[in-house]
Amino acid sequence: MKKTDQQDQVEEACGSSAARHVPLSVGASVARLDAWDKVTGKTGFAADYYSDDLVWAGVKRAGVPHALVKGINFAHAQSMPGVIRVLTHKDVPGINRQGVIRKDQPVLVDDKVRHCGDAVALVLAEDKAALEKAINAIEIQYEPLPAVLDPETALEEGAPLVHEDHPGGNVLLKGDLTIGVGPEAEKECDALVEARFETQRQEHAYLETEAGWARVDDNGMLTIVCSTQTPFRDRAEVSECLGLDAGRVRIIAPYCGGAFGGKDGVTVQTLLGLAALHSAGRPVKMWWAREESFLAGTKRHPAQMYYRLGAKSDGSLHYLSVRLYLDTGPYDHLGGVVLTLALEHAGGPYRIPNAHLQGWAAYTNNPIGGAFRGFGVPQVTAAIEQMMDMVAHKLGRDPLDLRLRNALKRGDRNCVGKTLVSSTGLKECLEVVKTHALWRERDRWKSAAVSRKLRGVGIAAVMQASGYGPVVPDVGNAKVELTLEGKIRVYSGVVDMGQGNASTSVQMAGSILGQEAAHMELVLPDTERTLPSGSASASRCTYTFGNALIGAAEILKGRILQRAADLLMAGGKEEMTLVPGAVRHLKTGREFPLSRIAQFLNNSERVATNHFRAPVAADDLGIPDDLRLHGLPHTLFSYGAHLVAVEIDQITGAVDVQRCLAVTDCGKVINPQIYEQQIQGAIGQGLGYALCEDLEVEQGRISTPDFSTYILPTAMDIPEMESVAVEIYEHTGPFGLKGVGEVATNGPLPAVANAVADACGVRVFRSPLTPERVLGAIRKV
Amino acid sequence: MRIDFKLNGKAIFIDVPPDRRVVDIMREDLRLTGTKESCGTGDCGACTILVDGESRLSCLMLAVQLQGRDITTIEGLAEGDSLHPVQQAFVEHGAVQCGFCIPGMILSAVDLLDRTPKPGRKEIREGLSGNLCRCTGYQKIVDAVQAASSLPTKDESVS
Repeated sequence: MKKTDQQDQVEEACGSSAARHVPLSVGASVARLDAWDKVTGKTGFAADYYSDDLVWAGVKRAGVPHALVKGINFAHAQSMPGVIRVLTHKDVPGINRQGVIRKDQPVLVDDKVRHCGDAVALVLAEDKAALEKAINAIEIQYEPLPAVLDPETALEEGAPLVHEDHPGGNVLLKGDLTIGVGPEAEKECDALVEARFETQRQEHAYLETEAGWARVDDNGMLTIVCSTQTPFRDRAEVSECLGLDAGRVRIIAPYCGGAFGGKDGVTVQTLLGLAALHSAGRPVKMWWAREESFLAGTKRHPAQMYYRLGAKSDGSLHYLSVRLYLDTGPYDHLGGVVLTLALEHAGGPYRIPNAHLQGWAAYTNNPIGGAFRGFGVPQVTAAIEQMMDMVAHKLGRDPLDLRLRNALKRGDRNCVGKTLVSSTGLKECLEVVKTHALWRERDRWKSAAVSRKLRGVGIAAVMQASGYGPVVPDVGNAKVELTLEGKIRVYSGVVDMGQGNASTSVQMAGSILGQEAAHMELVLPDTERTLPSGSASASRCTYTFGNALIGAAEILKGRILQRAADLLMAGGKEEMTLVPGAVRHLKTGREFPLSRIAQFLNNSERVATNHFRAPVAADDLGIPDDLRLHGLPHTLFSYGAHLVAVEIDQITGAVDVQRCLAVTDCGKVINPQIYEQQIQGAIGQGLGYALCEDLEVEQGRISTPDFSTYILPTAMDIPEMESVAVEIYEHTGPFGLKGVGEVATNGPLPAVANAVADACGVRVFRSPLTPERVLGAIRKV
Repeated sequence: MRIDFKLNGKAIFIDVPPDRRVVDIMREDLRLTGTKESCGTGDCGACTILVDGESRLSCLMLAVQLQGRDITTIEGLAEGDSLHPVQQAFVEHGAVQCGFCIPGMILSAVDLLDRTPKPGRKEIREGLSGNLCRCTGYQKIVDAVQAASSLPTKDESVS
């Protein structure tokens, strides 16, 4: 696939003759069909576009966390050699505010800057060197304002306001839920444990930073090719901000070089569109340098969590109290949705009949908190899973048995009172851990620790909801086509950011239509050619789009077989079957190539579309409208149980994760290799979150702004991982599947924290569990 | 400044400022975008190329350093439709997810296997520790390199 063809490309599903004749069977580990082009460097990412008449666009960013903008001096910059134009808020033709739920983020700052990464001016230049010089030459006059730097102080009376026009002050969203009798239940508990947990800001650190290019053609169509999770939503936002009809904006989303939530929302899109309106028809490219991605991109919300968990002496959990503070930075960016999902998961996958759950997503002048794989659940899972170990200890019970005793089953109510109607395989996951050698032989393994080393084993149970909750529709629209060349073309509506859903879609459609990879084609998301199917997020891609796709493939299959039966004057389509490249009449053995059948189908018959809308919760739990809008409650959950075995160096405090087991219930597995890819990758990010990643911010400024200071796990830092799939069939899922993208991210931090506590008898309540923190805890004993 | 070198088996010359970064020459001037840039500071390995068979970071290399060298980018690894054994192993073992780290990872693996033909998993992990991957958790990459290392080499396959 060549860069020049990015605007109109159809891909063959796989680029190697060796794989073409592999059958596409659901349940088989079909090698990823995008892998061939990726290992040969042929895949064109959004960052890979170049042309001879390219214009480079770049952003002048605030550099201060909170200040009024009194003036922007760019006359000198604009006159520099190689500079085409400098644009400010005055050049934004439409509405200068973006956002998914609350539109509070400017395209280019007009009133005041609210974080160091705020975009103040947009520069267009002939080359990167001229661009950089011009950006540095722009001067902004600021009147500094006191900055809001902490979510708890942000909520205090008299705190400076991040958004003066927001009725909630610095509260983007708050939740206050009472389940059962609420705090009354606390006194009925025989054992009560209390703790405060703090989790850190995490950087997505996708290898392909935010990138894209854009062009306005002679017909006035603005085409933007970008690294994004949300092409259709981007089109709506871009058109609104640029004052264009949505029909005049086309967004194309090629394979994305990693996203994990950081590209769930506008990054370069509107800026590119704005630049393209001023480049006289020339293509414009923007590609954030790594430092800019650190500065301006969204982060995982840091959290401060106050937990009280009480149980009866028989081991049944009885009462949970949670106060949760999320630092959401200066813009909405799904921060309220993160808070809501965190509250929903605050009690973990257990029966807790009484609870009082409170949470605040607070505006600050720190980096923007946004979507990041897990989406609020890693934070609260770190808390509840450590609380479970602490309660087990207080009751003198085995921590795995305590979890088994309280584990949710289908038909139970979870901690927000929602009846579980979908498949719930948590007990099965815990049973696998219980019988696994790593758990059974843990005492022997621990006692084999050598001098100066402490060994511990820790577990954690996890769950993750999928979809958007009861109000926002979770919809997929699939389109499949029998081309005149006799190929089956799948029009994918959801972005493939590395999770392999494009390949899985081809595998599902191919399986239904009896075709091998050689006969399949794929069109990646493109607002002109594919159908709206929601964001690549919330663990819903394969579930929702897959269900839509199955329907479309069945419709097309029926049409092909019926037309073939009519042409042959066969008894009915039951006598026909699809084989690779052809339709065969089973009675006579006669075959029709698909390319021939295609000629006998009208253009409108060769294309089948199908719509699927995910089921939502029917429970009325008395949840306030704003929390319902933000997703509470969900109705479909994936589950898991994790175990880690750690060895701590008593001299350095370093934690070495030696063994790692993840048992997961995500329904039936369509492609075991892709499933494992997701589990392993999620654990990798979870271990970084547990041990070494910390996006440090001081006075609103990032002090770890690159890969030499922000420590990512390398191949030497992630252990061998064992993954077991517990395949409980989910009736509403495509071939019985549930989402697997996020759930495993939640396990590593609490499992490691529990293992560390097991090893050295003290608990570290703050993540990441760096050697300094662990050593500090050990020394206190 | 005219610079003569061998690129993916072919002798070529370019005329560029001597301090132009090699990653920019590959991507922008020669339109070989298989070599990626992810950090620009030598921390991530995504820009890895082979220089006289050894892995080097092209974001830290300047044009003059190409003079007289034998350069291999990811585009030069396969022979026609025939993937290099490391590429083939990456495909078969599920080592590829988003794909952005992959060209650099593969070239680092090729260099590793050249220096250490039968590495253990620990050696593989050390050898690839300069290539960051955010998607895979590395395990299937290690599986792939191990599988590729156990294939007969050109010398061994003729017996």
